[in-house]
Parts: sequence; structure tokens; C-alpha cells
Amino acid sequence: MRLLSALCLAISLLLSGAALSAQDSMPPAPYAYRQLDDPDKEAEAKALMETLRCLKCQGQSIADSDAPMAGDMRHQVRTRIEAGESPDEIRDWLVERYGDYVSFAPRFDGATWPLFALPVVIVALALGLLWRRLGRRG
Amino acid sequence: MIAEFGLAALWLAAALAGLQLFAGAIALKGRAGELSRLVRPVAVMQGALTAVSFAALVMLFLRTDLSVKLVVANSHSAKPFIYKLAGTWGNHEGSMLLWVTVMAGMGALIALLERRLPERTMLATLATQAFVGLGFYAFLLFSSNPFERLPMPAAEGMGLNPLLQDIGLAFHPPTLYLGYVGLSVAFSFAVGALLTGEVGPTFARVMRPWVLGAWIFLTIGITAGSYWAYYELGWGGWWFWDPVENASLMPWLAGTALLHSASVLAARDALRAWTVMLGVVAFSMSMIGTFLVRSGILTSVHAFAVDPERGSFILVLLAIYIGGALTLFALKAGSIAEGARFSATSREGALVFNNVMLSAILGIVLLGTLYPLLTEAFGVKVSVGPPYFNPVGAIFAVPMLVVMAVGPLLRWRRDAFARVRKSVIFVGLIFALLLAVLLFWRPMGLLPWLGMALSVPLAVASVLPLRGRNLGHLPLSVWGMVVAHFGLALALFGMAADSALTVEKLAAARIGDSTKVGPWTVTLDSVEPVAGPNWIALEGRMSATYRDKAESSVIAPQARSFWAPPQQTTESALLTRWNGQLYAVLGDETEDGRWQLRLWWKPFVTCIWFGGLLVALGGFLALLGRVAVDLRRRVAVRKIAARKEELEKVQGR
Amino acid sequence: MTRGGWKFWLPLALFAFFVALVGTQLLSPAQREVESAMIGKPLPQFVLAAASPDRPGVAAVDLKDGKPRLLNIWASWCIPCAAEAPQLEALQKQGVDIVGVAIRDRPEDVAAFLARYGNPYSRIGADNLSEVQLGIGSSGVPETFIVDGKGVIRYQHIGDIRPEHVPMLLEKLREAGA
Repeated sequence: MRLLSALCLAISLLLSGAALSAQDSMPPAPYAYRQLDDPDKEAEAKALMETLRCLKCQGQSIADSDAPMAGDMRHQVRTRIEAGESPDEIRDWLVERYGDYVSFAPRFDGATWPLFALPVVIVALALGLLWRRLGRRG
Repeated sequence: MIAEFGLAALWLAAALAGLQLFAGAIALKGRAGELSRLVRPVAVMQGALTAVSFAALVMLFLRTDLSVKLVVANSHSAKPFIYKLAGTWGNHEGSMLLWVTVMAGMGALIALLERRLPERTMLATLATQAFVGLGFYAFLLFSSNPFERLPMPAAEGMGLNPLLQDIGLAFHPPTLYLGYVGLSVAFSFAVGALLTGEVGPTFARVMRPWVLGAWIFLTIGITAGSYWAYYELGWGGWWFWDPVENASLMPWLAGTALLHSASVLAARDALRAWTVMLGVVAFSMSMIGTFLVRSGILTSVHAFAVDPERGSFILVLLAIYIGGALTLFALKAGSIAEGARFSATSREGALVFNNVMLSAILGIVLLGTLYPLLTEAFGVKVSVGPPYFNPVGAIFAVPMLVVMAVGPLLRWRRDAFARVRKSVIFVGLIFALLLAVLLFWRPMGLLPWLGMALSVPLAVASVLPLRGRNLGHLPLSVWGMVVAHFGLALALFGMAADSALTVEKLAAARIGDSTKVGPWTVTLDSVEPVAGPNWIALEGRMSATYRDKAESSVIAPQARSFWAPPQQTTESALLTRWNGQLYAVLGDETEDGRWQLRLWWKPFVTCIWFGGLLVALGGFLALLGRVAVDLRRRVAVRKIAARKEELEKVQGR
Repeated sequence: MTRGGWKFWLPLALFAFFVALVGTQLLSPAQREVESAMIGKPLPQFVLAAASPDRPGVAAVDLKDGKPRLLNIWASWCIPCAAEAPQLEALQKQGVDIVGVAIRDRPEDVAAFLARYGNPYSRIGADNLSEVQLGIGSSGVPETFIVDGKGVIRYQHIGDIRPEHVPMLLEKLREAGA
């Protein structure tokens, strides 16, 4: 099924790519393919980029996409980190614009609480099951 | 003519599946007679016919028969041979034909080889296999006919997507499909056993090698797919938790749980309903995964091949098969006694723990994959990705791994913890020591820290079952377990090392510039155009030196442009050492004449895939062991029969 | 039924839930585009240089002069942008003020595009780093936003404007106070 992963990816490339045959000829944004000089800040930026969704790609983060828009988003992230913003502030800034869709890290709110509640239920279920099976020695 | 021939073979196979179901069902009702003897040969014939049909499609692709719609849409006469071949299954219709072929082939194999089960259960199993097969025949023939002709032959094909033109991908899908569809056997056995109510150790022993076989292919398929994504996508990532990957992981998790619970059932006649349930779930996960991917329902932006008709068709099949099997389970499970109870400190106690944790992880992956769909129904779009799956999965994976270290040391039935105390303390000390050392060595994330510290004691623990045993006489299946568990520890080490230790360097280099990445110095020597069979490329030649070694190695990543269809891909170049990989990608030329380079030094990253392959090898050893035992048993049975006959002759009857 | 038999129905119940969920999704596919979350919020601060010599650049303050207008996100390298050019022309003829933001575009390409497909814009800003695009939550080209006289984003149209969209956009503009 990885093949299909490739297929979707490929087809998404083809679609965005009405764009592709008419790719923009601008050079990538300065910080699209350039790291921050401070390794700590770069690490911070990289970690954040891995959790932000490329809006034009098939389920990729902006940290692993060649789409120009992903490059521009990397530029935003790096320059904002450089300017001293925290990763959470940058994520919030993007979520304010694109909704939760842009972040691979779901927040705990009215729409996503089951994502966090169900694992707790599963833990309880698992413990219950194990207790029933293993608790009574015999 | 080949296309018509292939289509005819497919129709005939579908008709035989109908006959197989009919004969099996009649036989189950008790009015068996002649009809029940038909079931096995019909199953074998059905398998042979689908193979013929698939061969016909392969021929059409190899010849680039441009009167066939599927060939035109997915192939091109200028494509290298191997990709013409791979083009057969590199598309929706062809891969569904492969699905049906594997399914009928597995049915034929069990019909030919499996004689241990009571004949009634066997007939029910084969009837189920035919019943499930029928739905997919219908899907293929009515909504995805691969042999459809064009009214007018085309002048040229549209070509195969360049991303798919890769040797890894030529063999990756068949491997994965053998795994996915191979699990259908477990499904049919489970349904067959539910129908006749015969769930016991024999059932587990019979099912186990078949599940093992499918699981080995699934493991190889996932491992290879991950490596392929790693080097082909050009950013060094090897797992993205995207829906398509999750679709392949879920059957694997269920299959792994099934293998372990089947062991408990075979050895201790316990976990009957649970094992049957997992047998149903494993193949259900294959089908659900296929549905999620094929219907395009999960791919939100740039949805591909969103085809409500096809999606609805598969959904109806799911509802019939999975819904049917689960209803049968609900009705019959109560009458299947759970069998023996056991204590927490015992082999089966550890296996139960592992099973519950694997199922929990399966639940998490399913939840995270489907959740965006759920919120979309309420008009809210969310994304669930690595920041969710990694930590939440780890909640269950870490305890499971800890128990995996101890479980194999325990005896069946009941064991005293005191007996394994020394081993546990030894392994625990390694763990604690590593945690401390890594903490002082360098800062890293919580999960990579835990993973690295856990992987080493896990690897040590995995070979502990060999201690004090006569290695020459150890059953192969024990070797299999040891190798597979060691492989898992190795893979875990690779994953943790990759995320904790990777060094990334993005550079804009002129010809002659040197860039340092981790222990490597990489010099861009030249950028030259090169031509391939259906692409041209810019190739960056770089020499890479490890630390201050004198000799350097040459690596040459490419930026390829394909022309049918027109598309660009990046071909990364990899330089492998025992302790990791140097990963290089050539990007665009900048306006001032420099070249964008992406370089990574990824320590121990290859452990991920070597580990995965070891897991598969462990499965293979276990399979060999099981089959050998079965063969020996068959020979023994035959000998006894022969002796009896001789005795009877001597006695002069 | 045996004791505790209900729990054996649990898997079936979960599966039924799954079928219901994906079934409804199959029948009525949800919105697939990523909508901006900025509707109803004021434009962020920005200043863009001119992308074309004969039109001024764009700044956020230019869109707060009391007059509602269209903010068109486009690019010369985008094919659907050429397809929507006649509709923009028509809107402009009806007195709509259209402000253009050219995404990742070179001045010479912009000039060639405008010469070929017409120039309905009163201002064109050059958004070379997609800053404005990201700032207003747009995820592709072309997209058209309706901004009211106070500089508040009122509506987002994703994709090219087809002839049938023109009356709807005029209506939305009227709602925004034109």
C-alpha cells in the first residue's frame, strides 16, 4: 500500500502541477533551504517544521516538501524563530490563519478531546482486561 | 486476443468461486455426498485460472498493447522492461487483479496442502475463502475491469509515474499484497472455525504457519516501503504516519497479535475467542486499509482518484464480510469456552499482556487515522500526525517492549519470578545505566532517549532464552523468536538513533566548495548532465571524506526530469558505513551560480531496515520450524499406517 | 445468551459506527479545500512593493478607506488565473475595485501576463515570500477575498472565478457595504 502512497503523492504532484508545468521561476525564499546560524534555534525551528502541514502536499510536513509554498512557510518559521518568537507562538499564528488543519499536533479542545480521552479509555480497558485475565491466579 | 483470454479466465474463476461456495455450503448442511469432494479441486482450479488471468495482463503490459485502456493509461513503449512489468500492478485495476490472484492462490494452497483440520471446518474455510473472493471478483469485473479495450488503439501510452519507476517499487507491491491478502486465510479459518465451533489447539496450529507466511511478507513489504520512501522522497524521512502507511501498519499489528495469541491457544488451549477475533480483525484491517486508500476518502487536499462508485462498492463488500464475520462472532463466541486460566508470571501471562498492548496500539493508529474524518463530518478540519502518534503509541509500546524482554524467559503455565530475577535485574541495570549515560551525554527528546536506552537491554534480553540451552537441538521456532525480537530491538535502536543523532546541513555550494556535515567533509566536484532511458538529469558529483581519512568516496545525487509523463524527481545518493548513512540530495542552482545541497549524516539509520528484515527472518525461521515439525508428523503418521498394513498382511487377513 | 455475551457485540458495534461514518462521508464528501480561518478578522499589517510599473503596491492601510473591494491572490505562472481573467475584467467594469497580490512572481512575467489577459487591478503588490498569502490564510492561487471598508476579511473564494460566480461575488460585496 506504500505504492499507493506513492501514487497519491505522485498524482497530487501532477495536480498541483498544472502548477508544475508552470512552476514559478522565483528563487526560493532565503530561509527555505538555509539553516539558522544558531544550532539551538535551528533545532527548534526544525522540530516545529516537522509538525506543520504543507498545505499543498499530500500529508507531508513542510520539513519534507519541495513545494514553493512549503519553502515560504519554512522561511516564515526560521525568521520568526530568529526574531525570538517561541515555536508555540508561531504554531498559534498559523492555526489562527488556517485552523487546526495546519498543525499535525492536535490541540485539546472541543473538537479533539476524544483523541485524548479515548487513549485513557483504552488504558482503562487494557488494565481491566489484564486484571480479569491475570489478576485471579489460578 | 490476450485481453479477451485473460478476461475469460477471470470470469471462469469467478464462476468456480461460486461453485466452491455452493458446494461447501451444501456440504456443511450435512448433505455432503459427492459435492463436498468437489471443493478442493475447484479451489485449486480457481487459483490456477486467476494466475492465468494475471499472466495475461502482464503480457499485455510487456508488449505495451495500446488497444487496452489500462496499458495506455499506465505504460509507455519507451519504458525499461522492468517498469513495464511493474506497471502491471502499479495502478488500481492491476493491483486489484493481483489481490484476487493472491486470494485465489492462497485458497488453492490450503486446499492442496492443509489436511490437519476436521474436514467440515476445512470445507467451511474454503467456502468462506470463495465467498470473500466472489465480492472482489465482482468488484474487478463490474467496476475495475483491467482488460477493457479502447474503441481505437492509442498512438502511445501515457507512461508510469516517475516516482514509481524504481526498482524497489517493482517488487514492493506484490510483497505487500501477499501479506495483506495472505491474511484472508486467517479470516477464512476463523470464520470456518466459528461456523463449526471447532476452536482449539489444532485450529491454532493449522492457522499459525499461514499467518506467519503472510506476516513475513507484510513485514518485508512495510520495511521495504519505508526504505523506499526514505531514499526516494529526498528528505530523509522514513515514516510519516500518513493514512496510507497506517493502512499497512494496522494489519501488521493485528497479525503480530494474532501470531502470539495463536501460540497461547496452541500450547495451552486458552484465548480461544480472542484468537478467532484477531483472525477476523487482521484481514478486516487489510480490507479497511484498502478501502480508505482506494476511496480517496482520507486524502483531503488534492484528493486522488476520488471515486464514490468504487468507494461505495468496497464499502458494501466491507459491510458484508466484516459485518457478517463480526455478527457470527457475536453469536457464536459465547459458546466457545475461553479455556484454561493462567497466572501473571507465566509465558502466556506475558503473551496476553503483549496482545492487549498491540491491540491498544492498533486502536490508537485506527483512531488517529480516522479522527480527521470524524471531525470533517462536523465541518472541522484537523490533522493528526507524528506529534500525536509517537507519544500516544509509546504509552503502550514501552510497557509492551519491557514485557517482551522478560516474557520469553518465563515458563508456560506458572513460573516463579525468583527464577528469572537475576536476568531481569541484569537487563534492568543496563537500562538504568544507559538512561543515565545518555542523559549526561547530550540533550535529546524524551522518546529517542527512552528508545535508545531501551533498545540495548532489549537486544540483550532477546538472546537470553538461548542461555543454558543446547544450541544444536534448539527448535527452529525458538531461534525464530530470538531473531525476531532481536530485530525489533535493532529497529528500535535505529529509529531512536536517527531522531536523536541526525545531523542536517543545507548548503549552497560552488563547484569546489567543501561542506562539513557531522564527521563528513563533502566536496562538490562537478555538476554534469547525464541521460537515462526515459529521463535526463543533472548529476552532482561529490567526494566525501569520513573524519580525517585519506581516501574519499564519490557520491552522485541526481535531479531527474522525466518526459513521459513530464515530471521532476530527486534521486538521493547514499553512502553507507557500518555506523550510519551519508544522505545527499542535489537541489536547484541559485541565481549566483551555486548549487543547493541537502546533506544528512544519519547515525545507525540502517538499523531500522536491517532490524525489520531480521524480524521477517525470525518469522521465516519459525515458519520453517513449524513446517518441519508438521512434515515429520506426516511421515510418522504414514509410517504407522504402513506398519499397520504390514502387520495386517503378516496376520494374513 | 451466555453471561457477558454483550461484549461480543462490541466489535460489531464499533464496525457499524465506522461504516456509518465513512458511508456518510462517501455520500456527501466534505469540503476538500482548506478554508481561511481569517474570515471576520481584520487584515494583518503588511506593505508590498509594486509588482508592475504602472500600478502602485499594496499595504493593509490602503484597504481601510471605507470602500469594500476584492483582494485577488494570483500569479502569472498559474493557469487557472488566466482562466478567471475575463471574470475579473467583468467585475472591474461593474465598478468593483480589485487589488492584486502576485505570488512569487517576476516583474517581467507579471507585465507579460497583464499585457495578454488584461489588467483589472487598481494596485498590485509583489508577495515574493508568500507573506501576505500566509498572513490571510490563503493556501493556493487563485483565491479571491472580499475585504470590507474597515479592512476586515468578509469572504474567501477558493479557485478560479467562473462566470456563474460573478453575481454571487457582487452580492457578497454589497453585503460588505458597497
